Amino acid sequence: MPAKYHIHTRQVPPRRKPIGKYGIIDWREDCSACHNCVKRECAYSVYNDERDRLRHTVEYVDYLYECKGCLCCVQSCTKGLLSWDVNPEYEKMGDEVWTPDIISSTWYQAETGNIPVSGAGYPGRFRGPGFDSILTDMSEIVRPTRDGIHGREYISTSVDIGRKLMKLSFDADGSLAGDCPPIIEIPIPIIFNAKPWQKLGDRIGEYVLDAAKELGTLAISDNPDNISHPAAIPHIATSEDDAAADGARIAEWDDAPDVIDRITRIKIANPNLIAVVKLPLGSSCAARAIKLARAGVGCIHAYADWHGYVPNDGADTQSGSVHISQAVRKLHLALIGEGIRDEVTLVASGGISLAEHVAKTVLCGADLVCVDIPLMIAMECRLCMNCRKELACPADINAVDRDYAVQRMVNLAGAWHSQLLEMMGAMGIREARRLRGEVGRAMFFDDLERECFGPVFGTRKAEVS
Amino acid sequence: MARTIDPHRRPGPVSEMGLPEPVREVKPAPDRFRNSLGKYQVWRNELCGKCGKCVEICPRGVHVRPDGYVDFVRGLDWRCTAERCKENGTFCVEHCPNQALRIEETPIYKAVGDYRWTADLILSTWHMAETGTAPDGELNYQTGNSGGGFDRIDFVFPEDGPRTNPDEISTSIPLNRRGDNRPRITIDIPVYGGGMSFGSVSPHTILSKARAATAWNTFSCTGEGGYIERLFPYKDHMITQVATGLFGVREETIQMAPIVEFKYAQGAKPGLGGHLLGDKNTPAVAAMRGAVPGTSLFSPFPFHSVYSIEDHKKHVDWIKHINPRALVSAKVSTPIDVDMVAVGSYYAGAHIVHLDGSYGGTGAAPEIAKKNIAMPIEYAIPKVHRFLVEEGVRDVVTLIVSGGIRTAYDMAKAIALGADGVVIGTPEMVALGCIRCGRCESGKGCARGIATTDNEMVQKMTVEWGTQRLINMLTAWRAQLVDILSRFGMSDVKDLRGRTDLLRHMDYEEAIAKGENR
Repeated sequence: MPAKYHIHTRQVPPRRKPIGKYGIIDWREDCSACHNCVKRECAYSVYNDERDRLRHTVEYVDYLYECKGCLCCVQSCTKGLLSWDVNPEYEKMGDEVWTPDIISSTWYQAETGNIPVSGAGYPGRFRGPGFDSILTDMSEIVRPTRDGIHGREYISTSVDIGRKLMKLSFDADGSLAGDCPPIIEIPIPIIFNAKPWQKLGDRIGEYVLDAAKELGTLAISDNPDNISHPAAIPHIATSEDDAAADGARIAEWDDAPDVIDRITRIKIANPNLIAVVKLPLGSSCAARAIKLARAGVGCIHAYADWHGYVPNDGADTQSGSVHISQAVRKLHLALIGEGIRDEVTLVASGGISLAEHVAKTVLCGADLVCVDIPLMIAMECRLCMNCRKELACPADINAVDRDYAVQRMVNLAGAWHSQLLEMMGAMGIREARRLRGEVGRAMFFDDLERECFGPVFGTRKAEVS
Repeated sequence: MARTIDPHRRPGPVSEMGLPEPVREVKPAPDRFRNSLGKYQVWRNELCGKCGKCVEICPRGVHVRPDGYVDFVRGLDWRCTAERCKENGTFCVEHCPNQALRIEETPIYKAVGDYRWTADLILSTWHMAETGTAPDGELNYQTGNSGGGFDRIDFVFPEDGPRTNPDEISTSIPLNRRGDNRPRITIDIPVYGGGMSFGSVSPHTILSKARAATAWNTFSCTGEGGYIERLFPYKDHMITQVATGLFGVREETIQMAPIVEFKYAQGAKPGLGGHLLGDKNTPAVAAMRGAVPGTSLFSPFPFHSVYSIEDHKKHVDWIKHINPRALVSAKVSTPIDVDMVAVGSYYAGAHIVHLDGSYGGTGAAPEIAKKNIAMPIEYAIPKVHRFLVEEGVRDVVTLIVSGGIRTAYDMAKAIALGADGVVIGTPEMVALGCIRCGRCESGKGCARGIATTDNEMVQKMTVEWGTQRLINMLTAWRAQLVDILSRFGMSDVKDLRGRTDLLRHMDYEEAIAKGENR
């Protein structure tokens, strides 16, 4: 039996006091110091821990992080001196896409490597924009699995990067005619970007590469010092020469008018190179991707902005920006329409902040995704943007040590991998390769509204669709 | 005046023999915590002249000055309905001669709850559980703030149509419509309690649910953790569950159950099995489940013996053979082909098809599953109802739905969309004092003593109090359902089923939906 892929996670506590969502407000005035103090009754020992920590000063002290919000103390205090509120610092984190809840959940996953599990039902909105307008399907009785009866341990999340032959041809003696194009198999449908847009030191890039290596995946790097790293995908900007691709098994170029010529040239010297071209998602993306694929480019890295949106340049009939899920779907279908989908690997990036976004992006047609910001959040970034303003980083990310950084990123990837298994298990899909473009295992809210509510309520108002 | 149930009374180890028979009667069951939560906080400053005008004018008894006292004791702020008082001219702040009073929304009111269960829904459910009536103040007890589904669907009541006498309205529904030789079980209200296992919730919670179901002649469900002996006195109102882990499934308990439910999937974690994390798996829980204490118990998914409707039929036949008087329910979640699942379940011999939508409750589930997998129940109901009608089997299937039913109005809307009745879980937990902190999954479990297996925490709630809270809430729900039926001039809840013409969706062009499904 082949060895099973396993991500080794272990607890890595935060270096800084995490920003918690809720906090107890303690009006100490008028406290009668009664013998029934509810603080002793806390089921989670938050107050006791506070005392111990103050005494020993070994860890951070924070009701705001530790409070679980059961409100037992608030409701039981003899004099009603305790109240409860949402932490304003928590609400300030991130923005409407990279929400405080996403940041907090990422911290938890990076600390523990665990899937976030909780009780009670889903507390969020009925539906939302972007990824939140997609549900994944599940198997049940009449359609138990697509891939047969297997335990979850047999689900593979491996994907391939590189061009695949549409058919094999053989010589008269039955041997394979010609060479198969180079291909790299990675065990998770995720690669990293070791050059995140936050202004961080070079060491962070190294740690991202090290984490990618430990996971068996790859990371895009533009640091010349790191191009020989076993996990590196050297990134070559338009203005740079192609030396970084010499001897490399994979390299990424920014799209440019001469990129096909450059790749053709380098592949004469290095035929086993997998060439990746990075181009923006948008109305001209499909035509360009088709041209690149026909010219032998094995992998397209199509990107949206860091919120997951593509500016509408007028060619799309929809108003406003287009979400990466829709843009990827369009690109995927265009490649299918040309009959060349399997000839090119499609990497998507931009706005992928949760494990579910990986599954949904792949369902929409990407082979794999590329992430960067979640890796920074794993190292306690709170998206304050201070680094972009040349201000001090409150998480002091540049000061992290290798073990901490690599393990936090590995933990996050481990939690995401486990969640992918949960979703794929529910869908009855055993191969991440077969998840690609499988919208038969996705449900789009707009379709559900039309199919289920249309016959009942009529036509949905345009402004809310 | 009915006797008030004392939430603080510590009965010691609960013996069902020592508990009074549960009776369908409203009795006050106030909050079991010292400081109840409400929308407003009342502040009194040093200018107060102790004139007592506030006590005199407040219709809610917020200001308290016991007889013989000169000063005020701490007020009952949670009762305050400031906005309503401003409209009615009973706003104490305006009447205070010394401007000594100030009323503000509490920070807790702003922080508690979420999009689906708003602070208003939590507080109003507590009110119903305490009093047996819907709040008449300013709390929205009908809808949440999720921005879709039930929260955007409204009833369109006739402005001046004839009303039915509430006393002549029937809210009972039959559960066996197949016309076979099994009992024709009816329940008095179109709602029963969802499965919550011994392990996920406390024995006091399980018993409270069972006793309230008994009082209301409806059902509760064991969940998949086995059938605890203390439930035996209520066996005529207990559904027992056969789930994928087969935890605690025993022939003798199947034989005494009027209804046996196969749990194929759960709305909160469709495509995943049950989760009981190790901390809650105490020796007693483990003994019931035939498992090792302290280990996390994950039920598999799916039933490894069911990969087709034919396999499902074998399951149904098995239960029918073991218990010739039992009705069989198939609890399924809501994949895209839920209509096929439902009709297949019927043809396999199920009496009840129970759809559990994706926003349902749970004791523990991966958050990724709660949010993303399967469809909300609001979509599944009309889809399945329509398909069963087209198949010509709608009147021989009992369609029960759950997964996001929070209020009596959700229940009525679900029925109008095409269900026969509903199953609830979270509203019961909220009635027992749940605040939706979502920490039921591990450690000691629920700090409020509802979803815990810790012996000390269990004692935070008595069975008698819990029973009464649930009886009161169901009373309030039925009253609201009766009011809805009365306003439509209906005399039977069965007439409401599939009446989508009485609904409108606020996000749709047509103000009043047409009744194609009727």
